[in-house]
Amino acid sequence: MKDATAVVGIGQTALGKGLADSELALACQAISAAIDDAGLSPAEVDGLSMFSMEEGREVEIARNLGLGDITFFSEVGYGGGAGCGVVGQAAMAVASGQCRVAVAWRARKRAAKTSRPWAQVSRHITGHWQWSRPFGVVRPVDEIAMLTRRYMHEFGATREHLANVALAFRKHANRNPLATMQDKPLTREQYMEARWISEPLCLYDNCLETDGALAVVITSAARARDLAQPPVYVHAFAQSIPQQHQVMTNYFCADPLLGPSHACARLLWARADVTPEDVRVAQIYDAFSPLVPLSLEGYGFCARGEGAAFTENGALEWPNGRLPTNTSGGGMSEAYVHGFNLVLEGVRQCRGTSTSQVESAEHCLVTSGEGVPTSAILFRR
Amino acid sequence: MESGLLLPDLDDEVAAPFWAGTARGELLVQACGACATWRMPPRPMCPRCRSLEHLWVPTDGRGTIWSYVVPHPPLLPAYAELAPYNAIVVALDEEPTIRFVGNLVSEAYGPIHEVDPSTIVIGEPVRVVFAQVDDVTLPRWVRA
Repeated sequence: MKDATAVVGIGQTALGKGLADSELALACQAISAAIDDAGLSPAEVDGLSMFSMEEGREVEIARNLGLGDITFFSEVGYGGGAGCGVVGQAAMAVASGQCRVAVAWRARKRAAKTSRPWAQVSRHITGHWQWSRPFGVVRPVDEIAMLTRRYMHEFGATREHLANVALAFRKHANRNPLATMQDKPLTREQYMEARWISEPLCLYDNCLETDGALAVVITSAARARDLAQPPVYVHAFAQSIPQQHQVMTNYFCADPLLGPSHACARLLWARADVTPEDVRVAQIYDAFSPLVPLSLEGYGFCARGEGAAFTENGALEWPNGRLPTNTSGGGMSEAYVHGFNLVLEGVRQCRGTSTSQVESAEHCLVTSGEGVPTSAILFRR
Repeated sequence: MESGLLLPDLDDEVAAPFWAGTARGELLVQACGACATWRMPPRPMCPRCRSLEHLWVPTDGRGTIWSYVVPHPPLLPAYAELAPYNAIVVALDEEPTIRFVGNLVSEAYGPIHEVDPSTIVIGEPVRVVFAQVDDVTLPRWVRA
């Protein structure tokens, strides 16, 4: 399916706190904007690909937007791991002829404190969560902090390295008018003095809590050449649940720090015409800062254990870093919508319309959640 | 009065023998009834030989700290009251890829925020103790 399909439309709502609309209404607005961006009509959409966690179901999306006969619909689970998954499955459906124009999206209202998933867990725990939550490893940040401490111990990563990640993404957000942190600079001193959330992770190691929705439209490469926007090709796509993986609490396998990105990357690069050395810009899933060095290792930008050191000397910063990363601000400084804003920024880099545009970007890597069943896409301009 | 902590559902049939074991003061691991491979968390099928037969094997309850965290608020109320507290992952001496999440305490019923987190060291030896919370007996860990 290499280069057989392209993203031809992107759309989004405002990103922020306390948006009035429902998740369904936000989803409809983002998809509507993406269809308009592509220069298509809703009646031409015949494929839907969405997160299993999505509140607005396929039937409601189709009825609200006045879509045509839907011939393909599919869902991907595991939250933050699904972003590239839904886009890639839409591309697969188009490439295999199951539909001709597909949309993929994510809508979320996460900003209200009562909406945080960890605050809604049942008192009686079943399944694998019973091996962690009774002991106070309750929130996603606690689960990833446990892996982070081990990563620091095994490979010498420090808080300075995590600060490199947080500060780079904030600088990019400061250049992006759509970012919720556009007007909030962050200094290394602020980072070091920030309150703890789950040691060794502080406030600024965490993603934002955001309301908003984003969507993309995918069609065949042949059709894409006649549409309103320059096509951004789905060059390679991969998904991964590695052997003996456990969602978020990946403490129970032989090598817990060998996360899902490693297996995903092997497939992705095998399907691509280029290697990590050829990629000049990336959008890396950043629900928590340590996922970035772990993913840099997984996707082959450096060797195992070298992800933290990779962040030194401004390597993740636009414009002169080795790999400007999360150039819209990412989940930590633009918005956290389960990583779907990373997909749109990957498309913008290949269109040449990012607010932190990497001029030499022929490709952009976009990754989804490390620490959960995951997915990745390599876009090509 | 109930603790307000998140506790396992003792009707979960896969895990029930483990929690019956902790209530007797035993730290059990599920082992394949055909190939004897240990597995954690417990599950119906052996991923090595696909046997559905399984046993629950007592361990000696000794291990080392593999990693730890110190959660701070915002947390659910019962945890926020204790924060900052420690949570640890322990690798069993008998089979280091078998790991348990728990808390480091000074004695079985010691509070989970008693041990100074700055003194916790990855690799330090610990042994299991047991504390009843509501209707469940939780494994916890003290320095060995």
